[in-house]
Amino acid sequence: MTDHNDFDRISGRSTTGHEWDGIKELNTPLPRWWISTFYATILWAIGYWVVYPAWPLLSSFTTGVFHYSSRASVVNDLADLEKLRGEKMAVLGTSSLTEIETDPALLALARARGKTVFADNCAPCHGSGGAGAKGYPNLNDDDWLWGGSLDQIQQTIRFGARSGHAQAHEGQMLAFGRDGILKKDEIATVANYVRSLSALSTEANFDAAAGTRIFADNCAVCHGENAKGNQELGAPNLTDHIWLYGSDEETLIETISYGRAGIMPAWSGRLDPITIKTLAVYVHSLGGGQ
Amino acid sequence: MSLWNRHKIFEKNSIILIAGILAVIAVGGVVEITPLFYLKSTIEAVDGVRPYTPLELAGRNIYVREGCYLCHSQMIRPLRDEVERYGHYSLAAESMYDHPFQWGSKRTGPDLARVGAKYSDEWHVTHLINPRAIVPQSVMPGYPTLANTELDLTDTAAHLRTNRAVGVPYTEDQIKNAVTDLKTQLDPDSADLASFQKRYPKAAARNFDGMVGNPTELDALIAYLQMLGTLIDFKLYDEKANLR
Repeated sequence: MTDHNDFDRISGRSTTGHEWDGIKELNTPLPRWWISTFYATILWAIGYWVVYPAWPLLSSFTTGVFHYSSRASVVNDLADLEKLRGEKMAVLGTSSLTEIETDPALLALARARGKTVFADNCAPCHGSGGAGAKGYPNLNDDDWLWGGSLDQIQQTIRFGARSGHAQAHEGQMLAFGRDGILKKDEIATVANYVRSLSALSTEANFDAAAGTRIFADNCAVCHGENAKGNQELGAPNLTDHIWLYGSDEETLIETISYGRAGIMPAWSGRLDPITIKTLAVYVHSLGGGQ
Repeated sequence: MSLWNRHKIFEKNSIILIAGILAVIAVGGVVEITPLFYLKSTIEAVDGVRPYTPLELAGRNIYVREGCYLCHSQMIRPLRDEVERYGHYSLAAESMYDHPFQWGSKRTGPDLARVGAKYSDEWHVTHLINPRAIVPQSVMPGYPTLANTELDLTDTAAHLRTNRAVGVPYTEDQIKNAVTDLKTQLDPDSADLASFQKRYPKAAARNFDGMVGNPTELDALIAYLQMLGTLIDFKLYDEKANLR
């Protein structure tokens, strides 16, 4: 390596001493702004060590003079949120469901909260507008498995149906085919009978009298003599043209043969009581509330 | 100037430079990572977290195999909006038996850290086979083959043993009964239920995919999803003692 202080007369700078075929490399220093930023970041890091949690020790870690904790800060954020919601939401907590629904301001508030919570927790099954899907009830219509009053809806949301919760709705559509209660042809007959209740077309050779008898002997105990259902047992009304699993003969035969036991989870452990209240009001206000 | 002259050896020899870089990074790693293995505050002291049951572990393996983590995270961060939506923020204790962890870094779909018991088994069956059958706007692929694929039971015990090798406290008893436990968890009427639930406290036992016949991959995956985030009772969790 040649002398570092070799001077380049044209640029006025020293060179590194590297030379290739008479061409020398200028020893241009790093720009001042760059080098000062670099040193500033080093200083920043030292400052960070002092004020924020940074260094692991033998049995703990340095917490820094700010004592910052992401977990403490989220607890504070949530407390602030509670306070923000506090006063208005507290009114929801102390008002009855009926009071909420009759007071326009409370209703608007409950619906706004209910809608948000519904989108996140209920929509995966019941659809984003509450229109339901096969096996998951439409919440916009007048047909309710477990009752459509405010209290009944709240009860269903809190404890669910067949959810395993001690206070859940219980009720079982038996597997009449699998468990050998009815024979195949009897199932086909009663499926046609159920279709006839809603004035749907039936098989040409369908024996209405036999259908009536099989229904009375096996189905009426839950669905009622008039097939209007029983909300105590979650037995659907079979005459209202609203079908949870489908009304075609094949689906009905499947339903009767294997039974149905859709599950609605209990939400009382996951959502707080006021939130469940707002959900009940929201669902009730979707159109079918009774 | 003499210090800079000594530095020349790194500048002029790329192998020495690489060795020097590795040494510097190793020091950083030792200082930043090693303490996590011995600091008691890394993993919260909480009740309820247990190793996965053999069925859940099989489900977890399917979760990893199918790359669920590419679209779903399992990490509720301590941020207001996440706690509002998904529930209590995730604790390190909740993934202490995960090898490897499934925190993920991408949320094309929602976070799954607390999806357990949120929806019914039947919903999971329908949704995994064809998500759009039930959530019309979903972009998740369907996994219909899970329902037709029987679970491979030949390596059930081996998976437990491997997890034990990396630190999960599976007992000899749990490894010996791995296949029995797996089948028991799918049959709530089994005579072995009591001993199974003694080995895996509060593990739910039922026919997860609702189908008769041998255990399927769908059974395992749903069993895994339905336990996610359900082990800790947050009513008993000491928030103050575990601030970090």
